[in-house]
Amino acid sequence: MRKKNWYLTIGIVLTACMLIFIAVGFFWTPYAPSAMSAGDRNGRPSLRHLFGCDSFGRDVFSRTLEGAGSTLTIALAVLAVGAVCGLVIGALCGYYGGAADALIMRLCDAVAAFPSVLLAMVVLAVTGPGKYNVIGALGVLFIPSFARLVRGEFLKYRDRDFVQSARLMGVSDLRIIFVHILPNIWPVLLSGLTIGFNNAVLAEASMSYLGIGVSAQEPSLGYMLKDAQGYFFTLPWCTAFPAAVVILLILGVGLLGEGIRERMGVAS
Amino acid sequence: MPKLKKRALLLLAAIVMLPASLCGCTGGTGHSGNDSASAQSGELPKGRSKVPMPVKRAALLLAVIAMLPASLYGCTGSKGSNGNSVTVGIAQDLSNLDPQLAKTAGIREVLFNIFEGLVKAGPDGSVIPAVASDYEISADATTYTFTLREGVTFHNGNPVTIEDVVYSLERCAGSENDGKPLVSAFSNVSRIEATDDGHVVITLAEPSLEFLNALTAAIIPKDSGPTITETMIGTGPFKFVSYAPQDSLVMEKYSGYWNQEKAARLDKVTFKIVPDVNAMVVGLKGGTLDMVVHLPNSLEGEVKDAFTVHEDTMKLVQALYINNAVKPFDNELVRQAMYCAIDVDQIIDFVCGGAGVPTGTSMYPAQEKYFMPELAGNYAPNVEKARELLAQAGYPDGFAMTITAPSNYAQHVDTAQVIIEQLKAVGITAELVQVEWESWVSDVYRGRDYQTTVCGISADDMTAREMLVRYMSDNQKNFINFQDEEFDDVLTRAMAATDEEEQVTLYKRAEEILNEKAASLWIQDLCDLVVMKPELDGFTFYRTYVIDMSTISYK
Repeated sequence: MRKKNWYLTIGIVLTACMLIFIAVGFFWTPYAPSAMSAGDRNGRPSLRHLFGCDSFGRDVFSRTLEGAGSTLTIALAVLAVGAVCGLVIGALCGYYGGAADALIMRLCDAVAAFPSVLLAMVVLAVTGPGKYNVIGALGVLFIPSFARLVRGEFLKYRDRDFVQSARLMGVSDLRIIFVHILPNIWPVLLSGLTIGFNNAVLAEASMSYLGIGVSAQEPSLGYMLKDAQGYFFTLPWCTAFPAAVVILLILGVGLLGEGIRERMGVAS
Repeated sequence: MPKLKKRALLLLAAIVMLPASLCGCTGGTGHSGNDSASAQSGELPKGRSKVPMPVKRAALLLAVIAMLPASLYGCTGSKGSNGNSVTVGIAQDLSNLDPQLAKTAGIREVLFNIFEGLVKAGPDGSVIPAVASDYEISADATTYTFTLREGVTFHNGNPVTIEDVVYSLERCAGSENDGKPLVSAFSNVSRIEATDDGHVVITLAEPSLEFLNALTAAIIPKDSGPTITETMIGTGPFKFVSYAPQDSLVMEKYSGYWNQEKAARLDKVTFKIVPDVNAMVVGLKGGTLDMVVHLPNSLEGEVKDAFTVHEDTMKLVQALYINNAVKPFDNELVRQAMYCAIDVDQIIDFVCGGAGVPTGTSMYPAQEKYFMPELAGNYAPNVEKARELLAQAGYPDGFAMTITAPSNYAQHVDTAQVIIEQLKAVGITAELVQVEWESWVSDVYRGRDYQTTVCGISADDMTAREMLVRYMSDNQKNFINFQDEEFDDVLTRAMAATDEEEQVTLYKRAEEILNEKAASLWIQDLCDLVVMKPELDGFTFYRTYVIDMSTISYK
């Protein structure tokens, strides 16, 4: 009888709820997120405006929906760039080893030695802010962590008996890498992905919070927090709701990752 | 007990803010630009090191919790300034401290306390004698004679001599700048001459009634020009102590000030550069700032209970300044259409809580003689008319454009956001580009590389000339790239007029031309809030963009 995996259950439920919430925002918002209304300025949360209104009379609920959508999109895109590139680099380095491996890993160390938000700021200072620039900058910076993770796993497997046998049978290297070894590291990769996702959400939020992320027209949650912090005491709802969405999203995915790790029996 | 209650509230607030601070890391103060902010935000862990993530997150949480008491102390305990001193929050860095060089209003308002000219601005908009005790203007307005005041000393203790005055005036006229005047009005000067040890005569090439205002230009010690930005020796009520770029400027009372009646009442004043308005509010509440100038109206609610709030207008003209040389804005109809598309009253409502004053042209209300309130009504919000004008101009479906706004001025960024919403109604999709103040000055203002921008323009020397001359075709400050022969002609005649009534009429005509051509979309003279601790007293608004710290004192 296995112990009930609460992490996984709560994680799935929470993540699903948040994803539904965000998905709704892609298709429908009660008001146009940037529509200003003089009459509703500084409005408290009410039935008409669930999350209240900001100092321009914009509906915080609509903005949170839209902001969560853009945060999610950016986070997923960053994750995709980082994970795919990291996977390929890590797999090749781990499997072949040698001088190229040493060189690439030192390069990764060099990139990882800088705090990623700092590096991303430098990149954005050159390219200018904007959704795609943020994705590019953060995506590249996310590569080393995945590369290192995948390489470590490949090192573990490359001299195992089943790999040796495959090699003796004349299976091509690429097939060994992607068909024989990759499925084995899936659990580790999956929990790595959940952590990476959370980091990407946080990184995007911090960049926008610092005013170097997305522009004002495509509000992300971080941007909303930055915008609202001046009104912390007078319009607390402007901070509370976007912050709550960030927390719940990260909590959900974090629990999900933990649950997967437990389920797959991977030591954390 | 109230203190305990306050602490409990703050604790609660801090806990609620945890997630925000987790996302933002130390971002609260870190918005000051790509260089200074980076060091702080760099602390955000990215799961790259070998420490397992949950442990790391716990550590971060712990760190934040550990920091709570510190921030609580910041809120209740420590005091920003000790003794008879005040720390003032300003939004803009002081990039070039040369007191005579053409510079931004944000620098001028600070240097007002350190430097004085032969004359200086008075609170009521007049010009009062300073380093000169008296002056005389010839009937044809071409010869200005000044009598040097006795007993005026520089901050280094040396008395001001006629050599210093002549040197300073010649420097303004460009003696150290290859003949290019540092103060633009000095291009009209033909001769500067000391007649004896106590008098200086300035002869103008063209008559000008307003040249007196240009003599607010700083008097500095002879031959100090090349080092003035380091020595900063002037004759004002405060003397310069230190300047740390992007951080602060410190000045202290000058005990040898010539006018003991108006000597500084504070011992020390620190101007703290805080490019983020939210950080300003936090600074006020936490006690690191004693006073904040030009706080956006939207934040009034945050501070009005615990602080004294003074309200006036800023004595500038906020507008959507349009680059007239760029397509499609080179077409007058497009600019007029945009003016009809925006709703100025609504902007004032949103950005200033209704407390700004619509201007309609490049003149602010404090210039009573020249201000024409009726011009503001010429472009009443009218979407149909705007669409019609756009169609006539060949853009029936609108177009895409960008609005550049300096990110350190929340009022301008907010205004840009409202304008973007309003322009949507006529099919114009505008995109907001926020830039650092320094790059705004170099790219937009000097480089003229922009489509439209929201900013405020003030008159350095309180003259109508200063507000209008930048629309002249060949003026070096014409970052609007406005070209109009009639305007050039009217303004040239106005500047040379020796009859005051005639001059006012001509200036008004010039304002009308600007309004007809919709050279810029003038919005308002912004509401100006000065917020100070309740124990401070004596703040005076001037009719120009300066902060006079000498009148401020503790009750």
